[in-house]
Amino acid sequence: MMQEAVAFTPQLDASSIARWLWLIPALPMVAAGIISVLKQPRRRLASSLAIGSLGISLLIAITAFTHVLSGWSHGYAVREVVNFSWLQVGRQPVELGWVLDPLSAVMLVMVTFVGLLIFIYSTGYMEHDENYTRFFCFLALFAGAMLGVVISNSILLLFMCWELVGLTSYLLIGFWYHKPSAAAAARKAFITTRVGDIFFLLGIVWLFAQTGTLLFYDHGAGSMEPLALGGLLVHHSHWGLSAAGAIGLLIFAGAAGKSGQLPLHVWLPDAMEGPTPVSALIHAATMVAAGVYLVARVYPLMSVGAVAHGEAPGTTTALMVVTWVGASTAVFAALIAVAQNDIKRILAYSTVSQLGYMMAGLGVGGVAVGMFHLITHAFFKALLFMGAGSVIHGAHEEQDIRHMGGLRKYMPITFLTYAVGMLALCGVPIFFSGFWSKDAILESAHAWPLSHAPYYMLVFGAILTAFYMTRQVSYVFLGEYRGRGHAHESPRVMTTPLAILAVFAVALGIIGTPAWPWFRAFLENQAASVEMHAFAEPAWLMLLLTSFVIVIIGIGLGWWIYGNKSPRAQEPDALQKAIPPVWTVLANRLYIDELYGATVIAFYYWWAKVADWIDRDIWGDMVSTVIWLTNHWARLNKFLDATMVDGAFDKGCEEIYNGGGVLARIQNGRGQIYLRLLALAVVILAAILIWSGRP
Amino acid sequence: MTPLAAYLIVAALVFAIGLAGALTRRNAIMVLIGIELMLNAANLNLIAFWRYSPHPELLSGMMFAIFSIAVAAAEAAVGLGLVISIYRHAKTTDVEQMNRMKG
Amino acid sequence: MGIVFYLISAFAVGGALAAVLLKNLVHAALALTIAFFGLALLFLRLDAQFAGFAQILVYVGAVAILVVFAILLTKGSEVPKDGVFSKSWLAGLAISAGVFAVLAWAVLQAAPALPNEAAAPAITVNDIGNALMSRYVLPLEIVAVLLTAALLGAVIVAMHEKERAKQ
Repeated sequence: MMQEAVAFTPQLDASSIARWLWLIPALPMVAAGIISVLKQPRRRLASSLAIGSLGISLLIAITAFTHVLSGWSHGYAVREVVNFSWLQVGRQPVELGWVLDPLSAVMLVMVTFVGLLIFIYSTGYMEHDENYTRFFCFLALFAGAMLGVVISNSILLLFMCWELVGLTSYLLIGFWYHKPSAAAAARKAFITTRVGDIFFLLGIVWLFAQTGTLLFYDHGAGSMEPLALGGLLVHHSHWGLSAAGAIGLLIFAGAAGKSGQLPLHVWLPDAMEGPTPVSALIHAATMVAAGVYLVARVYPLMSVGAVAHGEAPGTTTALMVVTWVGASTAVFAALIAVAQNDIKRILAYSTVSQLGYMMAGLGVGGVAVGMFHLITHAFFKALLFMGAGSVIHGAHEEQDIRHMGGLRKYMPITFLTYAVGMLALCGVPIFFSGFWSKDAILESAHAWPLSHAPYYMLVFGAILTAFYMTRQVSYVFLGEYRGRGHAHESPRVMTTPLAILAVFAVALGIIGTPAWPWFRAFLENQAASVEMHAFAEPAWLMLLLTSFVIVIIGIGLGWWIYGNKSPRAQEPDALQKAIPPVWTVLANRLYIDELYGATVIAFYYWWAKVADWIDRDIWGDMVSTVIWLTNHWARLNKFLDATMVDGAFDKGCEEIYNGGGVLARIQNGRGQIYLRLLALAVVILAAILIWSGRP
Repeated sequence: MTPLAAYLIVAALVFAIGLAGALTRRNAIMVLIGIELMLNAANLNLIAFWRYSPHPELLSGMMFAIFSIAVAAAEAAVGLGLVISIYRHAKTTDVEQMNRMKG
Repeated sequence: MGIVFYLISAFAVGGALAAVLLKNLVHAALALTIAFFGLALLFLRLDAQFAGFAQILVYVGAVAILVVFAILLTKGSEVPKDGVFSKSWLAGLAISAGVFAVLAWAVLQAAPALPNEAAAPAITVNDIGNALMSRYVLPLEIVAVLLTAALLGAVIVAMHEKERAKQ
């Protein structure tokens, strides 16, 4: 199915497009800066700046992609880096830089394109919101940060943009901050991803300490290049891991936080509190994909052990962990999605599940497999979310699927595009891109040498995916309308992006078929040609059959239970009636949030109380004591001053006054007395003279 | 001949008596009497020293005494005139009641 | 020291004492006169004849009489009811005693250095007159002015009272 690996000549000199690559994230960030100082009524200007900047970024991204594509078609392995030293800390320069290679080029185009569509969609969706300008400011900032993550060649720059992405996610989830649930969800998202980011930071520090460089690719000296990787491999860490494996696991922990993998997934469903365009952009297409992208970026690090020992890819410890976590997440989230009633929450858990698929794909099959699903998923998940937004808009801000129904009559375009997205997500064979990408993952999982369990888990997950999506579509679009008011189609500014995305949801499949594995070849710098006979390979035919079966079981089951029935809103779900205890557990999201609340959060509150007690009672008492001492010292001083000093002084003055009175009595006006005094003075003076004259 | 010291003692005695009178008597005229006695004692001192001086022919002491007598007479006249004048004003010669200078 | 000296001294000192101690002012004035006499005699004994006679002329003849006149004009002959000595006469006495003590001590200290005998001066009144007109003419004139002033002053003081009494 794949061509023999032809040695592509590496092209490392930065072409002109690579030198200007920094504009792609910079333009939206500058736009965000300008929008932030605009006044609220300048809505048109705000959205125009955001859309315009991202549009230009898209053009530059397309140019860069074309450049890489032309290089690839001529047999060059394009990896152009532009590195620079940001500042000097002692003798160590802190280096930043960006890279243009197939991976970043593909991601750039996807992010800018989907982002642009969502921006345009937002102008319609947020029309009636008074904080329109702020929304576009944050959106533009997010876009700039995400693009920064994509092009970053320095792990430090990646981390900085990573954090910025987390920040903008927080700002956007909590966009309607006066809703307590939204504010809480934003906090939850930030803190949960923060937990992952701590491990990521540890990984960065360790990687830097071990390899001495922050850059991924640096003309042979970068951390993803063979020299550094070899050094990491021989350096042993704990539990039988090499340094490469340990660092890889740490970095994966960060990716797990951002991409909602199993223990750190709790924030993603709550993040649906944000406006629907936010959910579409951040929590479907781009930000959550950043984790997958990160693993793809550091894939050389994670796979280095296996490749060095000549084994199949995907058998290092790090990649094993990635696979298991991904597969578990896929099944776990799919189970929960079955029992949710909020249209966006179903899609949120679906996203978590599909991210599990992507991680599993990276683990078993390598960068191309995981990235292909990421790209296709971005398109159809964004499509589904925007469609959900359109549904919510048309059903007058209703989000509970039990209060919807029959919307295919009132919102035909939305229905059609949504159906395309749903079929793509379910992996309906041949026509829809989701089939090809999911198929690639299943194929790699089937071929995984270590275990077949992930394969079965992923298959089960696929069945569940088809099932819950059918359930959702039945509830929302089929049957009779159970909502309030009159449902109506959304304006063209919202439905046009839907249509565009629907086209891609179908068309993208073509770049990943076994007959023409262009995507894989592009990413792995190999030649690709069309070989129709690949369709005839028995392994592939088996997979095709398996997918058919999956889809039939899933959709069939869903249709059988839910299809075309129109349950009333108050009635319990049909499945709930069948297996109530299972349903309750699933509906309560397998009680993970409650578990966290009882353990981590409870501990944190206790610790906060202890700290408060220390501060309030111990330090507070110390401060009070000092205050009391100072106060009383002051009073003592005042007392001493008033009684002793003043008293003494006043008394002295009084005595002098009295003394003057006494002395005045000498002046009694009687001459005889004066005469006496004169005589007395003479006597005394004479006596003194005599006394002093004595020998 | 009596020694000079004897005359001087006598003069000192008369002087002290005159001073005592000036300091203790209540009548203003008595004060003046005391003053006259003091002046006289001084004159005696002068004459005694002149007599026993090495050159009495210079007459310094004698002249001093004579002038002293003359001045004392003038002063007594004026003083007594004042006493009479005060008596007319204050109807008394008691020095203890003359304290207008008090203060 | 001869008996004469003691007698005359007793005269002078006794007269002084009497002058100071007697309650009756006129008696005191007369005692003063005796004191003056005694001192004049002492002058004579000291061969200062002119001074002695001048003393008698001026003091006894003028000052004493003047004192008597003043006493009479101020009704001093009546003995005042409060007593003739001040309430704090002891202080005055003590001070006087102190003065005498100082003076006597000075004299007695110097006594060995003082001459006991001296030649009698051969002075005549002629010599005194010559001295007055030659060497002591300035003091003479000044004393003359002084006496004139005193005379005028006394007259003025007395006369003012007379004028006011008239009004």
